Amino acid sequence: MKSEQDSIINYDLVYAHIVASIVLLAVVFLAGMLYSLQFLHLYPFPGIEFLSPGRVRTVHTNGAVYGFIVNGFTAALYWALPRLTGQRVMNEKYLGWFMFIALQGAVAATAIGILAGDSQAIPWGETPWYVDPFIVVWLLLALVQFTTPIYKLANKEPLYAANWYMIAGLVWIPMVYIMGNYVPVFFVPGIAGAAITGTWIHDAVGLYVTPIGWGLCYYFIPVILKKPVWSHALSLLGFWGLAFFYPLQGVHHYLWSPIPMYAQYAAVLSTIVLELAVVSVIVNFMMTLKGRAEALKESIPLRWIYVGIINYAITCFQCAIQVLLTTQKVIHYTDWVVGHAHLIMYGTFGFWIMGFISYLWPKVNHSETYSKALDEWAFWLLLLGMELMWVDLLAGGLIQGFTWWSLSPWMDSIRYSFPFWIGRTASGTLMSIGLCFYIYNFYKTGRKKTVSLIHAHEVGAGGGVR
Amino acid sequence: MKFSRIVLIVGILFFAFGTFWQAVAPWLSLKKIPVKSLEDIAKDVPREFYMLAEDYPVEFNKYFGKADEKSFMVALKTGRDIYIADICWQCHSQCVRPVSREEIRFGRISYPSEYNNVMQLPQLLSTRRVGPDLIRESGVHSNDWHAAHFKDTRSVVPGTVMPSYAWFFDKDGHLNKKGLSVITYVQWLGSWTKPEKYVLQAVNTEAAKPESSESVKTEEVKPAVSESAKPEAAKPETGAAVKPEGGKP
Repeated sequence: MKSEQDSIINYDLVYAHIVASIVLLAVVFLAGMLYSLQFLHLYPFPGIEFLSPGRVRTVHTNGAVYGFIVNGFTAALYWALPRLTGQRVMNEKYLGWFMFIALQGAVAATAIGILAGDSQAIPWGETPWYVDPFIVVWLLLALVQFTTPIYKLANKEPLYAANWYMIAGLVWIPMVYIMGNYVPVFFVPGIAGAAITGTWIHDAVGLYVTPIGWGLCYYFIPVILKKPVWSHALSLLGFWGLAFFYPLQGVHHYLWSPIPMYAQYAAVLSTIVLELAVVSVIVNFMMTLKGRAEALKESIPLRWIYVGIINYAITCFQCAIQVLLTTQKVIHYTDWVVGHAHLIMYGTFGFWIMGFISYLWPKVNHSETYSKALDEWAFWLLLLGMELMWVDLLAGGLIQGFTWWSLSPWMDSIRYSFPFWIGRTASGTLMSIGLCFYIYNFYKTGRKKTVSLIHAHEVGAGGGVR
Repeated sequence: MKFSRIVLIVGILFFAFGTFWQAVAPWLSLKKIPVKSLEDIAKDVPREFYMLAEDYPVEFNKYFGKADEKSFMVALKTGRDIYIADICWQCHSQCVRPVSREEIRFGRISYPSEYNNVMQLPQLLSTRRVGPDLIRESGVHSNDWHAAHFKDTRSVVPGTVMPSYAWFFDKDGHLNKKGLSVITYVQWLGSWTKPEKYVLQAVNTEAAKPESSESVKTEEVKPAVSESAKPEAAKPETGAAVKPEGGKP
């Protein structure tokens, strides 16, 4: 059975996407650290147009999504989908490798385009206009590539929750991308454009990253724990809750703007109600862990995933509070939102990808994790840095918001933020050190091909599953 | 029908519903507001643009020739493009909200029709304010202030985290086309609300005597009051505009 499952997985593609994901994560960290130095008056490249802080920040945000997260998810999909469905993806040799090269090309072109000043003023849609068509084509190819095995399976038997999430994410994202990267850039100006932009920002997170991330968790958690998910009924509730309420909340990025209030009220309400769907998924994952919590001590991939889930619970609870129109008076436009974004994009989805990669990397290399200690250091440093950054930015955001409200001179809000910006750079440094440990371990694990193939699969190398 | 197909269809329907409510419906609501073209905008050239031509005659003549509607269109478009290329919009919002006393700090609350023009394609509302909002920036500072500020931000606003933009200046340190264009753009933002600003200015000057205005530096506060014509006079009134209103609630 095992060998049959493994034979339908293209190890090389998983390997390549994982490497790309980790390399680009390092680039993203570097860009983020550089940008944070600007706030401490320590920016190392002043006066260089191509490395102006604004552009570097944009490389940071876009690299995180298109580079790190898309590559990480694609690697995990290449692994999880054949195993979930018992079918090969559509085509590995040509389509798979073409998609791999095209994605890296698109990411590189985006980064260069942004640094050269060709970006579009759409958050997360800064990809230059000449890269957008390629990304649309890539997303459509990904749709064909990854829904083929699900389609084949769907003709035989009912689908597992993970597969619904993946179909949903893969079907939604091309539509969302076209909407967000073309309509407000070329056709609809002003406030209506802002409503569409908000819908795009939120849908990119809610209709691609979230469903694919949840879908992959629905695969990896039962596999690592070697037990089924707690409740399939709850997974249903979570899925439909996401499908109904997520597309409704785009405008909550522009609350108190001149966008018509019916859209703003709908966004606020649906964001609060979505909390129910989120809680159902979190309860499901937590109850799956019940009785096996000691596995978190052994298995670092599992720990990444579960810490991500806890961060997810925190962020979504925070969502429901910060979206209130009253709260928005203070926190909108402040670092609070930045802290929130970091906890959701890295603290949750990023941690999940780190977990998937920690699990997959020894397997695709037929080796064992080089050093458990290094893995532990990486985990705790990244976790500590992440949570510190979150608390730090939240506190800084509140101070900025209230300083503005109190009508103090503008520069006061900058002066009062200064300690928090130092805190951000410090926590970013902690995270960077953690990432260095992670990458060193990653590199060494990749070089250590001592264990035989069969053995590697039996012990669940690196996963530490008993 | 297969369950998976129901999932697919219902998922797309949900998506369509959400997109309609969040994106299409606001667009339909706002569609009756005509979209201004660049030519429409150029019918009302802000006086800061003519002042720019006077302040920097050599540079202006070199890059734009005469200050008129035509050169204004070129400068405004270029300036907007640089505002996007240098990603100014990620640290400067362009939306005054009706909350947090923003109308006192920045000026008139934003309204939909002022965004319905090609300069807001794509829209530049933004979601973060490291620096102050810019939608009422026109005339708040002089052209010279902007030139000096772009050249060396911290010499003008001590402690600011905004980077200096060396590429807005040529080798001799004079404003180049980019610099002139960006100043044109920033001085245009909110120029359409200016008459109202002059009324506010009169009200504030009468209503309050400046008291501890020394502690409030001009460049640190975005006054609701426009002082484009005489920037040196902005100091006392800035404090006056902010102080008494702030204490009210």
